[in-house]
Amino acid sequence: MGFWKKRNGKWHLTLTGKEAVAGILFIMPFLLGFFGIFLPMIAESIRFSFSNMEVSATGYTLKRAADNGLEHYLRALTIDPEFNLNLLKGIGQMVVQVPLVIIFSFFAATLINQKFHGRAIARSIFFFPVILTSGVILGLENSDLLVQTLSTTGVSADEAQSMFGIAMFLSKYTNLPGVVVDFLTGAVNGIYGIVTASGVQILIFLAGLQSIAPSLYEASSMEGATAWENFWKITFPMISPIILVNSVYTIIDLFTNETNEMMKTIKTTIFNDVKYGLGSAMAWIYFICIAVILVVVGGLISRKVFYYDER
Amino acid sequence: MMRDRQKIRRKVTIWQVGRGVGHFVRAVIIVGICFIILQPLFTKLSVSFMAERDLYDSSVKYIAKHFTLDNYKMAIEGMDYGTVFVRTLLLSGGVSLLQLFTCLLTAYGFARFRFPFKKLLFGCVILTLIVPPQVIMLPLFMKYRFFDIFGIFKAVTGAPLNLLDTFAPFILQACFCMGIRNGLYIYMLRQFFKGMPRELEEAAFVDGSGKLRTFLQIMVPSAVPMMVTVFLFGFVWQWTDSFYTSLYLSNTKLISSSLSSLAVKVYSAYENNGGSMNFISPGFVSMMNNTGTILTIFPLIILYLVCQKYFVEGIERSGIVG
Repeated sequence: MGFWKKRNGKWHLTLTGKEAVAGILFIMPFLLGFFGIFLPMIAESIRFSFSNMEVSATGYTLKRAADNGLEHYLRALTIDPEFNLNLLKGIGQMVVQVPLVIIFSFFAATLINQKFHGRAIARSIFFFPVILTSGVILGLENSDLLVQTLSTTGVSADEAQSMFGIAMFLSKYTNLPGVVVDFLTGAVNGIYGIVTASGVQILIFLAGLQSIAPSLYEASSMEGATAWENFWKITFPMISPIILVNSVYTIIDLFTNETNEMMKTIKTTIFNDVKYGLGSAMAWIYFICIAVILVVVGGLISRKVFYYDER
Repeated sequence: MMRDRQKIRRKVTIWQVGRGVGHFVRAVIIVGICFIILQPLFTKLSVSFMAERDLYDSSVKYIAKHFTLDNYKMAIEGMDYGTVFVRTLLLSGGVSLLQLFTCLLTAYGFARFRFPFKKLLFGCVILTLIVPPQVIMLPLFMKYRFFDIFGIFKAVTGAPLNLLDTFAPFILQACFCMGIRNGLYIYMLRQFFKGMPRELEEAAFVDGSGKLRTFLQIMVPSAVPMMVTVFLFGFVWQWTDSFYTSLYLSNTKLISSSLSSLAVKVYSAYENNGGSMNFISPGFVSMMNNTGTILTIFPLIILYLVCQKYFVEGIERSGIVG
């Protein structure tokens, strides 16, 4: 593309050039923020993780850490007793929760996309978790013993028993493998956690469902397709890009949640134990794990994703 | 002929019954999910009106035997609710408006213009979303503790500025799209603008309107529902944020920070007034937390109900596609 053109001995912007300049001007706030705040912070953080820091009244000095600067990384991975455990636990939890959140939010979005009386009310309640479970409130709720017991008082014992009964029933009368049974009963038990984690996802799915052209359904119904076929042949492929978006969002959301065990560990290491280097190293190991998982999941899902118009 | 008609009628009734059953099942599921979502809110509300002894009374479940407003009195005092409320309102409102504006500009730039490295730069937007804030928490803290632009402040005043315990860090980050989850807003708004027909703008261009003017006078008004959604998200997440709040403001209390220290504060105030509690009972802590939470989310619920119409409409029209 030619952005510049010589005319009458002077250089002028071409039309594409003008468009590019306008575009860059529009995204200027982000560019300044990204290159002025975000990237330097990232670079600093990497530097911290390789150094020991001393803070004084007028600033701070950095000294290179031992083992060629790798001291903190080695410490987190090989000496710290809880780091590896928490890391694996977090990843394990995520593997269970992400599919459940995706399935549930898709299901919920299809439900409230239909026409029925009181749909507006149902919708506003479904998006409620966005408010109810953000930031400090979620943290309080998780640490609040009373609410947890109150919500299950009186039924907790029976409930445990009935869950056990269901698990027994499933493993006795169906051929489902034990893993699947555990997964299902776990899903039913943790329904509140799943519902509250899927506010934004329901919203994104709903937006996606709304964007599918009704003419597609009309045409296929004319040809005699059933609702079931419509779902698998139209809704599912059309929504598949959004499944990708939502999976990525869910993984990030679960990982960077303030109530996440790893996040708490990193925060206490930095601010309570005042180990800047170690905390930064932990944060980076954690981030690399997230990045790897995102790339793997993204790669797997995007193979199946169908794009209506490839642009 | 007669028989055919009967057959058809029977078929219709079977179909109707099937549909009725389907609707019933759907209603049950929807009501069930709504209950799951709302139940903790109701629990909090009912606990907040209870006296402490009601908590230990097993015959009390949802409705208080000793109805009292003392919890609210204590919580409002303990949180310093009036001052903190106004302060948080100013911060959340200002920050969410600012970031709404900058995200709008950026999103429009990404949606409508071609420029070099566009895909890479949009990848950078997503990157800001996926890097956990904990990774850059410490450098951010250091940056605002010893704030300086090319050493100007050090040359003038002899020492870099300390921006901690001011609103400057929040405002700076909002101005440059680096606030809480701004990547998500840029993404949502970009999808919205991409779904808008180009003809509108082309007509404006032909009539001689500049790019910025077209944006402000044609695109922005039609994006109002989506903007309300983004504003609502920004406001709510800023209001309840405890991460950046506890990072930047250690002495200035906002709603979220005063909520998390509420129980301890009420307890110590009680002790100072000559009262005696041998220890902070978990029941008391929980009661204070619940009351405080109600006080915290009450304004949000009001805001949500006001914005609700736009909110759902904005979502319907966003048509987010990968």
